[in-house]
Amino acid sequence: MNFAVLQFPASNCDQDAIHAIRSLGHSARYVWHKENSLGDADAVIVPGGFSYGDYLRCGAIARFSPVMQAVKQFADRGGLVLGICNGFQVLTEAGLLPGALVRNRDLQFHCEHIFLQTVTADSPFTNKIPSGKPLRVPIAHGEGCYFADEETLAKLKANNQVLWQYCDASGNLADQANPNGSLQSIAGICNERRNVAGLMPHPERACELALGSDDGKWIFESIFAALQNKTAVKAA
Amino acid sequence: MKAKIIVTPKKAVVDPQGKTVQVALEQMGYQNIRAVHVGKYLEIELDGGDREAARKALDEAAHKFLSNPVIEDYHLEIE
Repeated sequence: MNFAVLQFPASNCDQDAIHAIRSLGHSARYVWHKENSLGDADAVIVPGGFSYGDYLRCGAIARFSPVMQAVKQFADRGGLVLGICNGFQVLTEAGLLPGALVRNRDLQFHCEHIFLQTVTADSPFTNKIPSGKPLRVPIAHGEGCYFADEETLAKLKANNQVLWQYCDASGNLADQANPNGSLQSIAGICNERRNVAGLMPHPERACELALGSDDGKWIFESIFAALQNKTAVKAA
Repeated sequence: MKAKIIVTPKKAVVDPQGKTVQVALEQMGYQNIRAVHVGKYLEIELDGGDREAARKALDEAAHKFLSNPVIEDYHLEIE
């Protein structure tokens, strides 16, 4: 499988994403933000970092870069897109995912390992995650508090679009296990069509035991499986 | 011409920054503070004199880019 990993000015998890995908046996390459095309890609990763210095709002400027128009077209055709951390913020700003990410409730930048409960296996991003297994992955963000109005939250629930929630080591939802104050402990969601997803935690930083956890690989394995199981939508 | 745009968090969005500033003000002895909301102020200098065209364009820009309608409100003034 061939992954396109976007690079904006001040992306800083692009290399981690490339490394994780390659170490899991697939190919990945960088796509610069000024490109108008994704090239030959089976899936797109919008990586973490501080695109455009987080100026104005996180992700607000990246969203208007030329490559995001290509990502939008790819997503509209059913292509798989995963936004990680700042990538999640970019996708919400672009309107590809509902809601927004705001300042952590304690105003602190959180850099730590947390646990994720996978809410549903019914998505290209979660289908291979062992049932009931809390995933131990790192977070590193100051603005990861998920917000959406009540109507949007109800819709997310009705359509089973919440993919991951913050939990404790045993997999239980608890306010203390919610690092940033996200509504309903939401750590990651997908769109209604289920081909675009975003999450604040960093699975790409947890794909090998030398890094303290390899739980993040299940998210990538899910994407590989989804791409193998169907005729993939390719970027032109 | 100059445009002034004030962006503030929507009331439904938790504003920990505003809350922290409020607590600090109270600790400094300032009284009767009901709430503090921390937002952004943008000043845009404009060439040309068509006020209404500028208002229309900036209203669109504020909605599309300068604010995020999911979490923020804005107020636009042209002077």
